[in-house]
Formats: sequence, structure tokens, C-alpha cells
Amino acid sequence: MSVTLSENAAKHVASFIDRRGKGYGIRLGVRTSGCSGMAYKLEFVDDTQDEDLVFESHGVKVVVDPKSLPYIDGTELDFVREGLNEGFKFNNPNVKDACGCGESFNV
Amino acid sequence: MALLQIAEPGMSTEPHRHRLAAGIDLGTTNSLVASVRNGIAVCLADEEGRTMLPSVVRYLADGGIVVGRTARAEQVSDPRNTIVSVKRFMGRGLKDVTHVESSPYDFVDAPGMVRLRTVQGIKSPVEVSAEVLKVLRDRAEAALGGELAGVVITVPAYFDDAQRQATKDAAKLAGLNVLRLLNEPTAAAVAYGLDNASEGIYAVYDLGGGTFDLSILKLSRGVFEVLSTNGDAALGGDDFDHRLFCWILDQADIEPPSSEDARRLQMKAREAKELLTVSEEAPIHVRLGSGEEVNLTITRAQFEEMTAHLVRKTLAPMRKALRDADLTPEDVKGVVMVGGATRMPRIQRSVAEFFGQEPLTNLDPDKVVALGAAIQANALAGNRKDEDDWLLLDVIPLSLGLETMGGLTEKIVPRNSTLPIARAQEFTTFKDGQTAMAFHVVQGERELVADCRSLARFELRGIPPMAAGAARIRVTFQVDADGLLSVSAREMSSRVEASVLVKPSYGLTDEEIAGMLREGVDRAGDDMLLRALREQQVEADRLLEATAQALAKDGDLLDDAERAAVGQAVESLREARNGTDHRLVKQRIDALARATDEFAARRMDRGVRSALAGHKVDEIEL
Repeated sequence: MSVTLSENAAKHVASFIDRRGKGYGIRLGVRTSGCSGMAYKLEFVDDTQDEDLVFESHGVKVVVDPKSLPYIDGTELDFVREGLNEGFKFNNPNVKDACGCGESFNV
Repeated sequence: MALLQIAEPGMSTEPHRHRLAAGIDLGTTNSLVASVRNGIAVCLADEEGRTMLPSVVRYLADGGIVVGRTARAEQVSDPRNTIVSVKRFMGRGLKDVTHVESSPYDFVDAPGMVRLRTVQGIKSPVEVSAEVLKVLRDRAEAALGGELAGVVITVPAYFDDAQRQATKDAAKLAGLNVLRLLNEPTAAAVAYGLDNASEGIYAVYDLGGGTFDLSILKLSRGVFEVLSTNGDAALGGDDFDHRLFCWILDQADIEPPSSEDARRLQMKAREAKELLTVSEEAPIHVRLGSGEEVNLTITRAQFEEMTAHLVRKTLAPMRKALRDADLTPEDVKGVVMVGGATRMPRIQRSVAEFFGQEPLTNLDPDKVVALGAAIQANALAGNRKDEDDWLLLDVIPLSLGLETMGGLTEKIVPRNSTLPIARAQEFTTFKDGQTAMAFHVVQGERELVADCRSLARFELRGIPPMAAGAARIRVTFQVDADGLLSVSAREMSSRVEASVLVKPSYGLTDEEIAGMLREGVDRAGDDMLLRALREQQVEADRLLEATAQALAKDGDLLDDAERAAVGQAVESLREARNGTDHRLVKQRIDALARATDEFAARRMDRGVRSALAGHKVDEIEL
């Protein structure tokens, strides 16, 4: 069971945390909402909860709550550029279908 | 596929509900757009990685419009249809425009705001600015991957209502929703204050392409308060270029140049200025349209000497802003430098000398305003946690008030009040049975209305007839967060109401504001005497009127000698009232009051008797 960052994603997360001035790591998770059932959550982490699972990927702490893990297990978070836009992308093997926007998905 | 950004803890948004917000620095020379991404404010770049968009718009004969670097490069070949520094014309009339004679544009005078005749017809500065904003909007929407929910656009602190309104209109034309207009120095403080989290008094020295703003700000516990602002809306880096341009004309002995040559020389002047920031001398080589070559070299010392008066011009607003905030240079904890022109070593030296410390330059002076605007936009769009909530307070540059009897100004909202603000004051009627009241809203520091600036007039009608002084009319002044004023008047018993929204279509220049402030101080003594005189004159008129009425009604209560004595007191008061000695007016008012004491007592007796006539004592309730 694990969730990882691509090298490029890790580099960007580390630099964002550095410029933000604080932060333990990054939290990946899901919430039940959105047009296809589930939506991704991507947040800075200041405090971890007892039940949180912590992975380390390219030197960055990746925090996942146990309820989210089944939905995103095996995910690699990548950082990509599309035209002028750039940002993070979940490469999630559990996804059966996603809404066109990619912000919400179904397992 | 949308790309995700990292949110603050607990702040992940629902899918499709990201409130994309951006900050826009709509500059005289360059414009930028910035946004908070992954918790950090960043300037958004175009396809070639450049963040600065030259605020230059070129109208092509085929109907096309070119904005930015390309347009700037084409200035020389098509000066008339290539509009630069359009911000200087926003909300301005033709008479406010400086350097008209060396400007290549075909100005069209129009009520409220000057227009420019181009190959695509007559364009207003609002339309030209909207073209710049559209490019920034497209860039932001491409970079953020969605439609912008709202933007914060920065304006110089001294922009008046007309200029602010013009900026908002340009945004609307560009399809942008303006969350807030933000003063540029305040935006810079947001960028520094929040990023560095340091508390205390700061000065923001903003020398942009066309405007100079000096603001004194107080940062404490995440709350930003602008203590005072001052500046010069007609001073900027362009003036340094212009000075150098004139020097080139003079040195090379060029007769009034063609507009193409003028553009070419202006561009060379700017390049030389920028080079002198890093090097001790700069060569100027230009081939004119006539084939003639100009070969000059300018040293930094020469340049600093010819622009020393421009640097000096920034000192007076610095002193005034400090004085207004009741501070000395030693109280200032840090000085923030904003605007590309602050890269000039002479500017940094002069600021360092004035404040006795090296100014802060750790953020890029060209980007700092846009970054602050982005942070503010992000907060206003609701993308921050409540606990991080912070307020942003701006001030009004000139006092707002009403004209009262005798042409005097009654200040309702004092200058440097923080925005938004609402102030109310009660006024009353001057004459018996008065049913209407005229209100004259003025702006300025002087005691006499004639010396202040008239903003608006309105009338309140339908006041129930009452004795003079009995009506209670509550006048409320409200200035919103964008600095726009609304004034309402309400008669408290009948609740009749009238109001006016002040959006002057024609603004004050900063020189006028500075001049008005200066006069307010210089003439304080004269104004005080004048006010005292006017006040006594108003009182004299009131007493003369009351006495005349009383004599007409109850004159029979006086014998001839008594009537003569009152008549004499009336005459001598009338004479003093038309003079200039307020003390004498006061004396004569007192004398007339004494001379009519007995008369007043008898009138009261008669009044009481007539009220009691025909009633038994026990019918009178005491």
C-alpha cells in the first residue's frame, strides 16, 4: 500500500513548502462529492492526525488518511504543464471512469 | 483535464467551484497579472515566459489590435495609432494632459475625458486600457485553467473618483469582475507584510512610469492601515526619459523632430537611462529619418544632475505624508521600493538619506504590486481560512464636508479617515417655516467653500414648516471601500429623504490636491479669521431678522425713545456686519441683544397673557 510522488512533483511540492515557510508535507485524499462521486483533495499539512498514514517519496512526506487510502492506493502524483497552465495530476490506477474535468472520479 | 493546485489545510474546494482570482497591476508603462497558486503569489507569464506586458496598444488599419511588446516595437513606425502610457489620460480632460506638444497623438477634447483619434476611429482611454486588460485576462485564464471569478486591480493612491471609475469601466469592458480597486502602495505592503510577517510602520515609495505615490502604512497583527498618503500623479520614470530626451535634442541641436524621430529618440533615452543604473556611462546612437546620425555619450553623473530636480520633487510628498501621520523619518521601520524607476541608484540613495536606512528591495519592484493584488484577490474570492482574515484600510486624501450659512465649510469626514467610513451630523433650518434645504457637498481643507472643490449639490424638500432651528436634518456621508462617496439627508420627524451619489466625471489632478493641501496649511491663519467673521455675520443676520420681525409684530410695546434706541443698535450692527472685524460684529450683536432685552421680556408677557386669556387659573396645567 502506498502513494507516491513523481520526481518532478516532489521537487515542486518541496519548493512550494519552502516558499510557504512552513508545512510538514502534503496531504492526498478523497472526498465524496463532485459530479462522478469522488473528488481529490490536495492540501499542505501542518498537523497530522493519529490515524494518518505517512509515506515518504523523494524526500517529501505524503500524508493519507486511512479512509481515503483504498481509493487512491497506488497513485502517483505528477506535476505537468499544459500550455500556460501547470499543476498536479493524480495518476490513479483505481479509477474506472472520471468526469471530463478530471477533478472527480469513480472507482 | 484540470490540473490541481495544493490548497491550505482544510481548504480544498469542491470540484468546479474553484474561485479563480487574480491581481492586476495596470501600470503606466507595464502591466502584470498575478495569482496565488499552491499558496504562493506568482506573476503569470506569457508563452515566452515574460511576465511584464508593455501597456502599449496599437490599432491597425485592417481592424486588428496589437498589445504589448510587438506594439511597443512598432511605436516608431506608427506613432499616431500606437498608444503608450494611456493611464495618464484615464479620467482626465485635455487640459490635464502634460507634454501635449511633444505627444504624437491626435487628441480630441471630449467632456469628462480626452479621446484619441486612431485609424480605427476615436478611442477613449478606457477602451485602450480594456485592450491591455483583455490580454491579461486571457493569459490568466489560460494559466489558471478556467474563468476568472474576480480580479483586484491596483490604482495609484491619489487616483480620484473619475480615474477610479474609468479603471472600473475598463475592467468591465474587458469582461472582468472587479472585486476591489486597491491602492498600489497598499498592495506592495500586502506583498511584503504578509510574506515577511513583520510588524511596524512602513513607507512605500512607488515611482512608476507615470506616477509617484508615497504612503505611510502601519502593519500590526495582520491588519494593514494606511496612515497617510501623498504623491504626484504627474511624476514618474517617463519624466526622467523625457528629460534625457530633451537633453539629446539640445545636444544634437535637433529642431522639433518628426513624430517618428521623437519615438526613436524617446526609446533611446529610456535605454540609456536603464543602462545608467548598472553602468557609469551610456552611449546614444540614433540614425534620424533624415539620415543624420546622433552620437552622444552620457555619464551617470550628468544624468543625475539633469534629473536632480525630479528626485527632489519626491521629497516634499515624503515630508507631507510623514507630517500627516504625525511621524518622523526615525519612526519608519522599513521603506518598500516599488516601480522600475526605483532601480535608479540616485533614487535609492536619496530615499536612504531621507529615512536614514537602506530601502527594502528584496521583492522585484516591478512585480510587488501585482503580487499584493493577487493575495488580496485570493482573500476576497474566499480562498482563505477565516482565522487568517485580515482587513485592509485605505484613507481619503481630502476632507469631505458641506457648505453651511455664510459660505463656510463644515467638515464631516476628515482627511485621512480610513475607508470604508460613514459619518453623520445633524443640521437645522435657518428661517421660520423653511420647507426645503439645499446641500452643497465640497472637498478640501479650506474654511471657505469658495476655496474648496465643489463635488455635488442636492436639495431636500418637504420639510414640515417649523420655527427656525427646530427641524432636525441628519446628513450622512458614506465612502465605500473604493473611495466613492454617497451623501444623504433626512428630516428626522417626517423622514423625508434626499441623497446624491458622487462620481465626479471630471477629476482633480494631484497637483491640485497637493496645492489644496498646501493652501489649507498656509492660509490656516487667514481662514480662521474669515471663519470667525462669517460666523458672526451669520449670527448678526439671524438677530437682525428676528428683531425686524418682532418690531413688525409687537412694535407697539415700545415707546418712541425705546424704539429709537433699538433702531440705533440695529443700524450700528448692520454697519459692523458689513465690515471685516469679527470682534466688532460680536460687540454690536451683544449690544443689540442688550438693547432688546426689555422688549423681549414684554413680548413674552404679552404672549403668556394671550395664551392665558379666557382661562381660569385651575385650567392651566403647570
